[in-house]
Amino acid sequence: MFVISLIGFSIQDNLGDPLRELLGQSVSEEVRNEMREEMGLNDPFVVQYIRFLGDAVQGDLGDSYFFKRPALGVIMDKFSATFELVLGAVFIFLSLSIPAGIYCAIHRDSLVTRIIMSASIIGISVPVFLTAIGMVWLFGVELGWLPAFGRGETVEMPWGWDTGLLTWDGISHLILPSITLSSIMLPLFIRLIRAEMMETMSTDYVRFAKAKGLSTARVRYVHAFRNTLLPVVTVGGLMIGTLIAYTILTETVFQWPGMGFLFLEAVNRVDTPLIIAYIIVVGLIFVVVNTLVDFLYTLINPMVKLPGGKS
Amino acid sequence: MAMLEIKDLHVAFPKGKKSEVEALRGVNLTLEKGERLGVVGESGAGKSMLAFAILNLIAEPGRVSQGSIAFHGENLLELSERDIRSIRGNRISMIFQDPMVTLNPVLSIGTQMVETLKAHRRISDAEARKLCIAKLKEVAIPSAESRLDAYPHELSGGLRQRVVIAIALLTDPELIIADEPTTALDVTIQAEIMALILKLCRDKDVALILITHDLGVVAEVTERIMIMYAGLCVETGATQQIIQAPHHPYSAGLLKALPQFAGRGTRLYQIPGSMPPITALPPGCAYHPRCERATDMCKAQIPPLEHGCACFHPLDQTEAAS
Repeated sequence: MFVISLIGFSIQDNLGDPLRELLGQSVSEEVRNEMREEMGLNDPFVVQYIRFLGDAVQGDLGDSYFFKRPALGVIMDKFSATFELVLGAVFIFLSLSIPAGIYCAIHRDSLVTRIIMSASIIGISVPVFLTAIGMVWLFGVELGWLPAFGRGETVEMPWGWDTGLLTWDGISHLILPSITLSSIMLPLFIRLIRAEMMETMSTDYVRFAKAKGLSTARVRYVHAFRNTLLPVVTVGGLMIGTLIAYTILTETVFQWPGMGFLFLEAVNRVDTPLIIAYIIVVGLIFVVVNTLVDFLYTLINPMVKLPGGKS
Repeated sequence: MAMLEIKDLHVAFPKGKKSEVEALRGVNLTLEKGERLGVVGESGAGKSMLAFAILNLIAEPGRVSQGSIAFHGENLLELSERDIRSIRGNRISMIFQDPMVTLNPVLSIGTQMVETLKAHRRISDAEARKLCIAKLKEVAIPSAESRLDAYPHELSGGLRQRVVIAIALLTDPELIIADEPTTALDVTIQAEIMALILKLCRDKDVALILITHDLGVVAEVTERIMIMYAGLCVETGATQQIIQAPHHPYSAGLLKALPQFAGRGTRLYQIPGSMPPITALPPGCAYHPRCERATDMCKAQIPPLEHGCACFHPLDQTEAAS
């Protein structure tokens, strides 16, 4: 987290002069300098950074230049939208990739397998913005089945959380963006699960399980699939980063009012506190998710024990 | 009626689009109740293929292309998947070669034992666990109760193989197929494990098919022997008889290569050449390129198995005994 904050903070000097955006063209040079001094922008980098760190540990990542509000608050307002988008995408790719991967591993030469495998190659190769635009065009414009713009109707929840999952309108708005977002992970995971499953199916312990006279279902799902999950979970944890990166793209195309969309706007406005806050929040999410994944890993793999756990 | 009777068993693997190669080329075998048979041969001779064929577990794309495997008169090859499952691990069980990879690393020993029992008996979890502990004690695993909750990586190789043996014995099978059960183990453990298998088979009158390339082990454990070469049985008979007086030049060569037959300080005998792969078998007797007794006849025809020996020029009594 410390490293992330350092990197995040150090890029701010290279992003352009925030005052130009803040004050416009018509303000005189003296006023600008005065303002710079007042905001501490003329201090050496280290001083600025330490001041930033001191505030950051108290939960203050600075005020957004554009919104004139704390940057963290601005981001957290958008967090629920991004969270639901990622949730939708994860739900879609988990519920499709696991059955498809297992099916393709077991029926390795069937016609369906060949179709899925070919489609997944195409899926991997097509860039996300193309998928997104294709989706908007086909389902949003041509067929008009699903909305392709914004988040739809949302419901206020406690702690300022607003959700689109409770209304049909909100869910229908979620479908296209989350399919688009999941399209990055889906083909990759189908191929990964298939490859791992095929490998475990040919191991000695799976053969031994068969030789013990166990049912096919037990051999496949208890003996083979649990071992398949190990590398899949590891890769899954690493892919979370990719997924967050692609939310920026997806949210932009679908005008989804989430953190990624906000980030892109912030970049355009040279709203440095907001940019840094975004980087730090995403870094935090990444760290938390990977810790969770490690924890999950110990649950499936008895060979890995967290220090301090029972041995 | 013999307990197990294998007739003219062929196992084939596809090679390219149309043709096939045979890993087993017509193997016959009979086994009586409680009998212990050693199957000996070099790597690739088809020993393991034979073992997996009996349980109908040949890995795709291989298949039994011809022949029959009768267990108490019932052809195992014609059984439905469901029926063969009720025999696998129940009446015929198997011990694999490498205990490091035979047990599933993510499931506890207890889970892997109980599931075997539950696949074949209507039994409560508590009873199953009790039985598992009893079996673990039988294979001399110390503190058996606590091992049930252990995972395979927490046990040594020798202990793991004992667990595998305990699993094989759980359902009181009539036949155990042990595929090189000691090859992957430490030399000091090998004798212990072999003695354990022998004792358990004797005590319970369980038949054993012991697959190995160690003639010394076969001599100690088995009553009958079958020597395989390139997918065929080349010599079969009573263990003591073959060890003392082999008739097939290949059996004789194998025996001559044992350290106990070589004089002190002399080089060990080595059969010249190596076994051909099944994709490139020579015509006639597959052993002829390495055989010093080979004639033109050997190059043209496959010698039939007669009087327990498949050779046109077997060693006679005086030669064999030397």
